[in-house]
Amino acid sequence: METTYKIPSEVVAAKVDHRPRPLGGPWITPVTTVLAILAVIGLYFILKRFIFGLGAVANINNGFPWGIWIAWDVVIGTGLACGGYVMALMTYILNRGEYHPLVRPALTASLFGYSLGGLSVLVDLGRWWNFWHILSPAYFHPDSVMFEVAMCIAIYIMVMWIEFTPAFLEKWGMRDAKAKLNKAMPYFIALGVLLPTMHQSSLGSLLVVYGYQIHGLWQTVMLPLLFLTSAIGFGFAMVIFEAAWASAGFKRDIRPELPMLAKIGKILMGVMAAYLILRLGDLIVGGRIGLVFTSGFLSLMFLIEMALFAVPLVILSKPANRKRLSKLFIAACSMIAAGALYRIDAFLVAYQTGPGWNYFPSVPEIMVTVGLVAIEILAYIVFVRFFPVLPGHSSAPVR
Amino acid sequence: MTINRRDFLCRAAAGTAAVSATAVLAPAPAEARGNLPIPEQAVGLLYDSTLCIGCKACMSACKEANQLGLEDNVGEKLWDTPLELSGKTYTVIKIYQHGTMAEKDKAENGFAHLKRQCLHCADPSCVSACPVNAMTKDGPLGIVEYDKDACIGCRYCVAACPFGVPQFQYDTPTPEIAKCQLCKHLLAEGRIPACAQSCPTGATLFGSYPALSAEIDRRKAMAPGAAATFPRRTVDSGDVHEKAAPQYVEHVYGQSEVGGTQVRYLSGVPFDKLGLPTGLPERSYSSVSETLQHTLYGYLAAPAVVLGGLVVAALRGARDHHDEE
Repeated sequence: METTYKIPSEVVAAKVDHRPRPLGGPWITPVTTVLAILAVIGLYFILKRFIFGLGAVANINNGFPWGIWIAWDVVIGTGLACGGYVMALMTYILNRGEYHPLVRPALTASLFGYSLGGLSVLVDLGRWWNFWHILSPAYFHPDSVMFEVAMCIAIYIMVMWIEFTPAFLEKWGMRDAKAKLNKAMPYFIALGVLLPTMHQSSLGSLLVVYGYQIHGLWQTVMLPLLFLTSAIGFGFAMVIFEAAWASAGFKRDIRPELPMLAKIGKILMGVMAAYLILRLGDLIVGGRIGLVFTSGFLSLMFLIEMALFAVPLVILSKPANRKRLSKLFIAACSMIAAGALYRIDAFLVAYQTGPGWNYFPSVPEIMVTVGLVAIEILAYIVFVRFFPVLPGHSSAPVR
Repeated sequence: MTINRRDFLCRAAAGTAAVSATAVLAPAPAEARGNLPIPEQAVGLLYDSTLCIGCKACMSACKEANQLGLEDNVGEKLWDTPLELSGKTYTVIKIYQHGTMAEKDKAENGFAHLKRQCLHCADPSCVSACPVNAMTKDGPLGIVEYDKDACIGCRYCVAACPFGVPQFQYDTPTPEIAKCQLCKHLLAEGRIPACAQSCPTGATLFGSYPALSAEIDRRKAMAPGAAATFPRRTVDSGDVHEKAAPQYVEHVYGQSEVGGTQVRYLSGVPFDKLGLPTGLPERSYSSVSETLQHTLYGYLAAPAVVLGGLVVAALRGARDHHDEE
């Protein structure tokens, strides 16, 4: 990694212009071409699903009614899209202005992550033409965890588009409108922090009503707090992950951002520690810690999760490691894998639905998810090339 | 602006603590909700496995009464052969087999039948789960009803049901959730559910919840082997047949499971052998889930408090930064 990025271990925090600028550059590259092909394949199977029904494309069944379109695209996808949430929390709520340059890139990734998660839900909903019922008071059911999740995510997507609007207004030179919007922005920012706090925890609460069907290593009333903690971990890890990729992919100099990333690494370490204490503490207090050793395959999955959560903690506990992009990147990847595995385990692997049922995604089903992710990345690339998103110091040549 | 690290950590810790404290502690105990009770005018079914002869007349009648399509799972295409509940099947008779299958209603070297269908819980998980009130239990009879016109097809009810009852139709672009609704359309005409109407031995019996409770007590009090009478269709139909009283297992399935169900089971073999989930808690999963939700979000009190704090912080942040823009 270091040799590729040429990142020095000592970073000089120079006075740099951090204001976001469009990257420009070519639209058609090998990367965008491959992404476009994957998107078309995904769209083909989505069309097939709408014509013939869910069973024609997906392997989901009445034992496993939710497959990867929910567990991956929504439950993990929105988790991965928590960068905007945590950076808004840091910058605007905890008032850490120094992170400002990281907010807009993180927000952009979140915007597409959530929007695509929303689209995936539409593909997954059996009676999608009734989707608007979620937002119509005539159908409200506030006792339902799903209602809360769907409502919060729908509003949050709208809030994120509003939060992103200044980038459009800058691009189109609408200064007055931008000034007016900025006055109202603190209210939207506050909502943009509240809503993910609510629905990211509620994604965990979704499983509480499943009762015995979720294995004891995962079933607990602490699920909302564990999902929230993993969402915050996801958020910080994704900020590091995206900064590294955006710098490599667009050949940008990342050194000016590195001191910020080092601090984020330290916070990530704290979040991981909090998660592990909560998770293990809950198992001990609830008297279920013995399940760690007696649950066969599920024990193994649990231990892999724990190891993946512990790796960032170990790496990031050394201050020297936090100054190196390669180590930060490995720690972030481990957190992302840990969080993703935790959520997949909770929603699919630890879901014991009765004998005779099994689920593994079909190839077309996977291609739909791949296609949606391709669309998401494609949109991100187009956006950062066309709109002022990434910090403008990239004009300095990479050495 | 500059803040040193200690200052930052203090603020961060205070903020986090405030948010989590409000979220977790808010109006906690007052909002706790217990199990919902069985409705006063509740109706239900009693399925007595020892009376069932496995003729499947109920399955056939159910398909006709609810206009459900036929299924072919054995490749013969001669008759309806569902193996489990499905998008086309609201009820199915299953069989437990052991060893030589010599004796009915015996766990060892015996066999027994089980009728699968919606149990019409007092406090159903599917109703609690449904985001758009497509699953409801609002009527006086306590039937768990489904409204396809409200349904968005999210399948949370399918996943949440502890008995694996609601079935989604994966083979059509306009799917619905399929589940027994106790033939509510027949009840509206003063008739009884098709399965109970068609059962030749009274193994499936329709009645009010209290009447079925009394019938359960009567059967449990019988001396095994003694001559006994069993009503057909309804408890008080007057149409009875004679048969030696069976040896029932102690437990009445549905009496306490997840807060009680309006469809209850008597059996001669343990219920785990019949494939029903056993060891379910008496507290309904919906009450656990909804207590958690109400604790966090009751009257939106906690979110409102947190939002207020966030707005104040965001406004302060905007003031500090406005010269940067």
